[in-house]
Amino acid sequence: MNGRNLPLAATLAVFVAAYAVCAARFPAFIGTRVPADLVTDNAFLGVIAVGMAFVVISGGIDLSVGAVMGFSSVLISLAVSRWGVPPMAAFLLAVGLGTGFGAAIGAAIHGLRAPAFIVTLTAMFLARGAGFLLTTEAVPIDHPFFRTVQDLAIRLPGGGRLGAVSLVMAAAFLAGGVLLHATRFGNSVFAIGGDRRSAELMGVPVGRTTVLVYAISGGCAALAGVVISIYTRAGNPLTGVGVELDAIAAVVIGGALLSGGVGTMLGALVGVLIQGLILTYIDFDGSLSSWWSKIATGALLFAFIGLQKLIVQLPRLSPRMAGA
Amino acid sequence: MSWVVRLATSAALALILTGCGRSAGPAQHAGQLTVGFAQVGSESGWRSAETRMAQDAAKQRGVILKVADGQQRQENEIKAIRSFIAQRVDAIFLAPVVSTGWDEVLGEAREAKIPVILLDRPIETKDAGLYLSAVAADNTLEGRVAGEWLVGRLGGKACPVVELQGTVGSTLVANRKKGFQEAIAKAANIRIVRTQSGEFTRAKGKEVMEGFIKAIGGANICAVYAHNDDMMLGAIQAMKEAGLKPGKDILTVSIDGVPDIFQAMAAGEANATVELAPDMGARALDVLAAYRKTGQAPKFVQTPSRLFLPDTAAAEYARRKGLY
Repeated sequence: MNGRNLPLAATLAVFVAAYAVCAARFPAFIGTRVPADLVTDNAFLGVIAVGMAFVVISGGIDLSVGAVMGFSSVLISLAVSRWGVPPMAAFLLAVGLGTGFGAAIGAAIHGLRAPAFIVTLTAMFLARGAGFLLTTEAVPIDHPFFRTVQDLAIRLPGGGRLGAVSLVMAAAFLAGGVLLHATRFGNSVFAIGGDRRSAELMGVPVGRTTVLVYAISGGCAALAGVVISIYTRAGNPLTGVGVELDAIAAVVIGGALLSGGVGTMLGALVGVLIQGLILTYIDFDGSLSSWWSKIATGALLFAFIGLQKLIVQLPRLSPRMAGA
Repeated sequence: MSWVVRLATSAALALILTGCGRSAGPAQHAGQLTVGFAQVGSESGWRSAETRMAQDAAKQRGVILKVADGQQRQENEIKAIRSFIAQRVDAIFLAPVVSTGWDEVLGEAREAKIPVILLDRPIETKDAGLYLSAVAADNTLEGRVAGEWLVGRLGGKACPVVELQGTVGSTLVANRKKGFQEAIAKAANIRIVRTQSGEFTRAKGKEVMEGFIKAIGGANICAVYAHNDDMMLGAIQAMKEAGLKPGKDILTVSIDGVPDIFQAMAAGEANATVELAPDMGARALDVLAAYRKTGQAPKFVQTPSRLFLPDTAAAEYARRKGLY
């Protein structure tokens, strides 16, 4: 077994064990309803986590995604309900803008040799401010298209209901997984995350890859804005505050190394579901403070960072396992 | 390999200990009502009091109340409602963090035949059948009561007023602003010279008030109107630090009726507060009980907006301090 897959195995084990514990206490967890809700309710976070997986694996960080999601939800709601733009065109406009914005972030990081943290922090303020510039209040969307999309849910036997947004998330994960694990571009992402200098010397197009990685992240964040605008049928400039941190946590819990070079798309998905599961448990209990979810997420993050440290140290301790 | 298993188990244990640490036990008893309460969060003393009073009222009536803290995020509240539906609760109370975007999830509750009662804040929807009843205060009336008190107190003296608004973008803020303006519109001697958001927090209220004092000078401010008591308590601090006497040099009127403002009034540092009654949970439980007996419920239950002045402040403080 490849030592680098161990975090993914641990993530899966945690998810299965936690679900079993929840199901043992609340029988309602068994059946299709709770799993379907888990996917539908976390779709926006899942879509963001797809982009964040690319960024983290490339050794970067993107703090702007929550703000870009908020901006895109506001843009869509205004375009559809006030400016009379057809919904599909509004979606394309939002995702296009998000992708372009992300590409600009990537170009700044590469061109200025600036830390991703600072560049994306700046971008976060910009996007959040731009959202409030468009409107300071929640804008409801009243358009037949949105009602149709909401009714597109797949009904599972047993009361489960997979909303249209969960299909968007599934498509994002599939596309992201293929792009990350089965293309030359994906290899470049792993290469610059593992060792940027060596990658450069080996002829990996570092600049182009960096720009693309942040473009994907920005595009995913804008797509998450599409998801949340369908999900809540409204745009709100306050949407998505702090979501970037949830996405980073999901990717790391999913086994990605914050220093880059290691991670999987499947892990990011399970990381998202684990966070959703913790919150669902707390809602079911009804007497626990929801802030326990933050503490549980923190404890998990800590456990996984410890696990990763161990794996990084591992080659030195046992040379036999490093070969894989 | 065994350490992998150990790590996975300990990570799972970490989750179990933090998130799922409560002992198992059936939550539902025969004949006992279970109500899920999707609460905005615990951002202010008032909010915590509303939660606590709802829990107390439920206990008195033998109702199981499951409270989900939304941490001021709509996504969390939607998740909570979905998990209440999955648990087949008998009713759902919702204190919505924003007014839009509830159609889909409330539609699911209706499909599951679970009545929904809104607490404290309204929602925007074309389909009023999505909820059974709404228990709330008239926020415009609160602003008007505050404004009328100021008009009466001044008796025609010229008075420049500064306003500390709540978080921009909510209908609550728009209405508290509107009510106050309506009340002072008739009085030519009163005008609002500065208005800015203090985001409902003490720290921000203090900061904004410091800004006002620096910008126009404490002598040129005759009264402060704050959209909640917390911001006013911050502003009182700012006035004291600037060498002004709040309650004497500068009059204060705010809304909510939290214990600390009564303490400030008893100490002569604040002049008036308009109470937002925090017993909305009890009123909603009464509506629910009547509905289950007769099948009928009023669409809107208005809670009173009473003005409190320093003469009763000490007694009111003693009565309230345990609740918050």
